[in-house]
Amino acid sequence: MKNSRRGFLKFAGLSAVGVAGSAAVATRTRASQEHEPPATEGKRLALVVDLRKFSRDDALLDKITDACHQTHNVPDFSDDPKNEVKWIWTEDFETAFLSQEFHYIREDLKGKPTLLLCNHCDNPPCTRVCPTQATWKRASDGVVMMDWHRCIGCRYCVVACPYGSRSFNWKDPRKAPNLAEIDSTYPTRMRGVVEKCTFCDERLARGEQPACVEVCENDEMVFGDLNDPESKVRQVLAEHLAIRRKPGLGTQPEVYYIVEDPRTLQEFAPAAEVFGEEGGHA
Amino acid sequence: MYDASKIVAGLAVFVVLATSPLWFNALNAASPNAPELPKPTNGSTECVEATEFMRTNHMNLLDQWRDTVVRDDVRTYTSEMSGKTFTMSLSDTCLGCHTKKDQFCDACHTYSAVDPYCWGCHVIPEEAQ
Repeated sequence: MKNSRRGFLKFAGLSAVGVAGSAAVATRTRASQEHEPPATEGKRLALVVDLRKFSRDDALLDKITDACHQTHNVPDFSDDPKNEVKWIWTEDFETAFLSQEFHYIREDLKGKPTLLLCNHCDNPPCTRVCPTQATWKRASDGVVMMDWHRCIGCRYCVVACPYGSRSFNWKDPRKAPNLAEIDSTYPTRMRGVVEKCTFCDERLARGEQPACVEVCENDEMVFGDLNDPESKVRQVLAEHLAIRRKPGLGTQPEVYYIVEDPRTLQEFAPAAEVFGEEGGHA
Repeated sequence: MYDASKIVAGLAVFVVLATSPLWFNALNAASPNAPELPKPTNGSTECVEATEFMRTNHMNLLDQWRDTVVRDDVRTYTSEMSGKTFTMSLSDTCLGCHTKKDQFCDACHTYSAVDPYCWGCHVIPEEAQ
C-alpha cells in the first residue's frame, strides 16, 4: 500500500483517540475504586448527642461551644455571618433536620437549639473534591482530618459538605478579638484556609475524649467506637431511637441525635404489643 | 571593525558592572555579620539530632515531623543520634529549649533571606503568654 498523507493523518488521528480513550477509562476505573467507602476495619469513631438532656436555654450549650473554640483557637467573627468560623454551633431543630420534614412536631422540639458539628461521614463528599488531599478520611478511626499545611483555600469542600460544617478564613484569624489570648498548645490557622472539627484528633492521640464531650457531666454527648459492641455509643444507640442529618444523601454521618423522651417510650409500649398481634394474624 | 578599542573597553566595563553583585558577595564570603545563635536557656545541652545535622537539615526534619504527625498520627520521634524519644512539636519541643524565636529562628532566616511561614499558624509560647 502506498503511504499517502491522507492515510497517515487518518491513522495518527485514530491512534491518538485510542490512546486517550484507554487512558481515560483506566483513570475512571481507578478513581471509582478510590471513592469506595473505606473498609470498616479498626475503629469507627462516632458521637451521640442526647437532645433530651439539653434544655432550651441550656448554659451547657455555650459551655460546649466555648470549650471547643477555646481549645482550638477558633476565631470569633460571629458579628458578620459571612466571616463566621465555627466548629460546633447550634441551629433550630427543624433547620438541623430539614430533610426529615418534621411538621406538627412536639412542642418541646420546636425551635430547640441543636448542636451541630462535622459529621465525620463514612462517605464524605468533602474529601473527594479536595484537589490537594488536604482533607481525608483517616483509615484507622474514620476521623475526617484536615491538613492545614496543604489547604490552598479553593473552598470546594465548603461547597461539597451538605452540613455547612466547614468554614473559610476570609479574615486573618489572629486579628479576631477573642484570639488576643491564644492557647499555645494548639496552632491557629492562616487567612485563606478552611477549618472544621477534627473530633479533637490531638486529644484522641493523648487518649482523651473530645473537648465537647469532656465538659458534659451527664452523658449529654457520648463518644466512642462503633466497631466495638461494648462501647458506650453502641449501648446508647441500641437503647434509643437516634436520627442523623440528611440520611438520604448517603454520606453516612457519624453524629447521631437521640430525640425521643421517656414519656413517648411509655406511650409506644402498648402500641407495640397491638402491632405485634396484628402482625401475627397477617 | 571601527573603534575596536572603545567597544572592547566598553564591553569590559559592562561585564564587570553586570557581574558586580557576584564579585561583591564572593569577596564578602566570610561575613563578620554572620549571626550567633543563643544557647538554650533551660540548661538543655542536647538537641534531637547532632548540631551540624540540625544546622543543615532542620527544615527537612520539620517537614518530616509535620507529615508524620498530621497525616500518619505518629507523634513521637526517636533520635538517630541518641535513641531518645521526643514529642514532634514545633511550639513545644523546639521552642521549649530555643525559647527566643527572634534570636534563634529569625536571626538566621533574616540573614539568609528566607521567610518560612511556620508562625502564621504555630504559636510562639513566649508571645502567647
